[in-house]
Amino acid sequence: MELCDLSAYKLSELIKKKEISPKEILNSVLKRIKEKEPEINAYITVTKDLAKFQAEEAEKRQRKGELLSDIDGIPIAIKDNICTKGIKTTCASNILANYVPPYNATVVDRLLKAGAIIIGKTNMDEFAMGSSTETSAFGPTQNPVKKGYVPGGSSGGSAAAVACGEAVFALGSDTGGSIRQPASFCGVVGMKPTYGRVSRYGLVAYASSLDQIGPICKSVEDCAMLLNHICGRDPKDTTSVSVSIPDFRSALNQDIKGIKVGLPREYFVEGLDSRIKDKFMEAVKFLQDAGAIVEEISLPHTKYAISTYYLIATAEASSNLARYDGVKYGIRQSSDGLIEMYKKTRMFGFGREVKRRIMLGTYVLSAGYYEAYYLKALKVRTLIREDFKKGFEKVDCMLTPVSPILPFRIGERIDDPLKMYLVDVYTVSLNLSGLPGISIPCGYIDDLPIGIQLISKAFNEQTIIKLAHFYQRSMEDKWNLNH
Amino acid sequence: MEFEPLICFEVHAELKTRSKLFCSCAVDPDADPNTHICPVCTAQPGTLPVLNKRAVEFTIMAGLAFNCRINRRAVFARKNYFYPDLPKGYQISQYEHPLCEDGYVEITGDDGKPYKVGIKRIHLEEDAGKLVHEKGYSLVDFNRAGVPLIEIVSDHTRNPIRSLKEAKEYLETVRQTLQYMGVSDCIMEKGQFRCDVNISLRKKGEKGFNERVEIKNMSSFRFILDALQYEIKRQSELLKAGKKIVQETRLFDERKKVTIPMRTKEDAPDYRYFPEPDLVELDISPEFVSLVKEKIPELPAEKVKRFVEKYGISRSDVLILTKQRETADYFERCAEYTSNYKRLSLWVINELFRLLKSDSIGIKECPVKPKAFSELINLLSDGQITEQIAKSILEEMFVSGKDPSEIIKEKDIKVIQEKDVLEQMIKEVIAENQEIVEKIKSGKREAINFLVGQVMKKTRGQANAKLVREMILQQLDYLSL
Repeated sequence: MELCDLSAYKLSELIKKKEISPKEILNSVLKRIKEKEPEINAYITVTKDLAKFQAEEAEKRQRKGELLSDIDGIPIAIKDNICTKGIKTTCASNILANYVPPYNATVVDRLLKAGAIIIGKTNMDEFAMGSSTETSAFGPTQNPVKKGYVPGGSSGGSAAAVACGEAVFALGSDTGGSIRQPASFCGVVGMKPTYGRVSRYGLVAYASSLDQIGPICKSVEDCAMLLNHICGRDPKDTTSVSVSIPDFRSALNQDIKGIKVGLPREYFVEGLDSRIKDKFMEAVKFLQDAGAIVEEISLPHTKYAISTYYLIATAEASSNLARYDGVKYGIRQSSDGLIEMYKKTRMFGFGREVKRRIMLGTYVLSAGYYEAYYLKALKVRTLIREDFKKGFEKVDCMLTPVSPILPFRIGERIDDPLKMYLVDVYTVSLNLSGLPGISIPCGYIDDLPIGIQLISKAFNEQTIIKLAHFYQRSMEDKWNLNH
Repeated sequence: MEFEPLICFEVHAELKTRSKLFCSCAVDPDADPNTHICPVCTAQPGTLPVLNKRAVEFTIMAGLAFNCRINRRAVFARKNYFYPDLPKGYQISQYEHPLCEDGYVEITGDDGKPYKVGIKRIHLEEDAGKLVHEKGYSLVDFNRAGVPLIEIVSDHTRNPIRSLKEAKEYLETVRQTLQYMGVSDCIMEKGQFRCDVNISLRKKGEKGFNERVEIKNMSSFRFILDALQYEIKRQSELLKAGKKIVQETRLFDERKKVTIPMRTKEDAPDYRYFPEPDLVELDISPEFVSLVKEKIPELPAEKVKRFVEKYGISRSDVLILTKQRETADYFERCAEYTSNYKRLSLWVINELFRLLKSDSIGIKECPVKPKAFSELINLLSDGQITEQIAKSILEEMFVSGKDPSEIIKEKDIKVIQEKDVLEQMIKEVIAENQEIVEKIKSGKREAINFLVGQVMKKTRGQANAKLVREMILQQLDYLSL
């Protein structure tokens, strides 16, 4: 095991004790990138020089005993839809292939202030539209756990990088499952915080009312640690919420006895791979044995979640992506007339899936269809939110699978959008209701990782951090014993 | 067949906030292109709008001034369309839940009675940038992108405007009120006050409504009225010929003074409005509204009434004095130092305005301080100086900014009122200009002006011309006897 395989939590301790230096960690990560990247393609841009400079600075601070925070000197990968000043931010799209933001996303500013070392920008589905990282204009990312398989998406690059030590931890974004599903596919931990918990300023919008930035890490501990640094109200994002911020690390080692865990009945119907269900039930059994009280609950509107999600997300996306018109930045396909320039730029600049969603969304918002689609979707969204509210009157958190299917082969689903969309069936409801969720590994089937998802009330990430950490620690002990 | 027009306006007024609606860039219409831009107002990927509170206050002020209901729940919406001056590909505006609804603007109707023109809504939105075409290129200036605008929509069915005169009265009242509150400068040449107008015709006495025509692209009140006039003629001719009016949008051609078709209803763009997810809904509390209400100054109508009562000046003069709040304020500051309000108002309206106009400056930049101006009025009223002298002193004050007493002292101006001195001079003038005297005697009375001029010359303008004239007449009458 090398330094790049350790958790951020562990590395943080070692840095503090001056047993290792930030430069050593960075070198280990860069070495791993050199070895693995040609095969994995987790990154769109590796910021080696910047990282080296930052590590140098971190090391000076370490020597003087002036570390900025518990993540000072730890290399982090940033999904390529989060703006980094002076560093190309492409959203894995041709239309932004040359785009260098003139400003930092709030989360990036916060990370830099805490001393984290930015190692690069990770691959993703174009504009975060996809569940496999196959829609990237810069080629798919390989699942590091099993060659030939997708890492999930859209934050597939971040998940893959963390899974194979190309980064210690990473930031992803989650609009319908884009952090949790790739975390599950790559066997790492991914968390979507409550909508409004983390500033979206600088996150290139896909669907504004659903997007949320969150951590992808090796452990729940790392997620808690990273979340501490990125969360909090931001005056630049008026949808970010001003609520008291707990120290998420302090939630880690609390007792889980008596915690009420709900299993939504509607999540275990057709479409769920029975092998995943079996694994899932093992996890349920384990938690029950550990003192959790498990009961079945109902989220009756679950069956509408996918369609509701794709109506709202595409509607917002069709508007959010209008700014890529070749006028101000990005790639322009020059032409004689204005309309021709628009057409050619967007025809060349956007990939198939992005175009499909723009068209869907434009249709959804069009006169005569708005009421039937968009407005109705908003109403169903309220019903889905109400379902959760009622559910949480009975339980402290909910437990579900992350994905109904195992990681699939690259190319297997890309030509069937509907089939691809169904992969998000367990994750989209949280975005629609703004709730926090965490995906943690719960074992392997055919050498492919699978995960479970824990959901809690809004702004109550502590509950799922506590339970997820307990589960992960217990499983690691168990798996280590088996080895 | 006689027709009456039904007119409603969509007025866009740029708000006079220091910064833009959704970012902290300065609002400055005179700045060099693209000097007031930032990641937010150039729609860099990932940026988000942050609402300018002052702009909301200004909108509510307008709403209250125009007697609207201030909605508790207000929502921003995206209006989607592509154009190079629109950086985000959508304009953040308001659609279903505007800040203000259901008000009225009181004007004097054509019948001389007060008439309450219905206001449908007032909403807040952002302006687009500007396209500049030069040397075969189209360039975009984003300085104006994101500048706050309010759109004031008058009603087509509830007390619509019924004539060109009412239209003019309405626009002037709206502009004046906004200027009074400091909500907008409303300078049309700078694009701070723009409007589209809807017009339909119906037979006099009828109750129903015909199809409306929207006219765009008018850059002055004059052009708006010209366009309306043309449209009234065009539509009534069509109706008289038994033809139907098509609902359409027309453009005004300023040179030919005609409206030309732009697009029909079928071609109207679908803006795909939907609630702006990047901004939270506004919850406008009654407390907030009452705080805003306190910031509304005395409005024109109230001011006119008070001026007439307090200062005893004619209504027509008051209307001139209160046309701009700055003038009214100047007058009131002057009025603190004199009690001759009538003369004060006349001198403001005639003399001061003339000087301001010739230097093309506003009253705000007027170098004559109110106290000094009133001092002059007092000197004149007390008969210490003549009108002639007062005028020349005022001119001097206007240049140097000095007090009248200072100028009188410096220039050693003495008012010549001793009649015997004047009489002596007049005798001399008459003696020196016998041929003129003969002319006058033979009936050419206007030749007397020459004599007056000669006397004034001798006194270096320091005499009262009216008095001199009277005295000359007396002398001549005496001689003729």
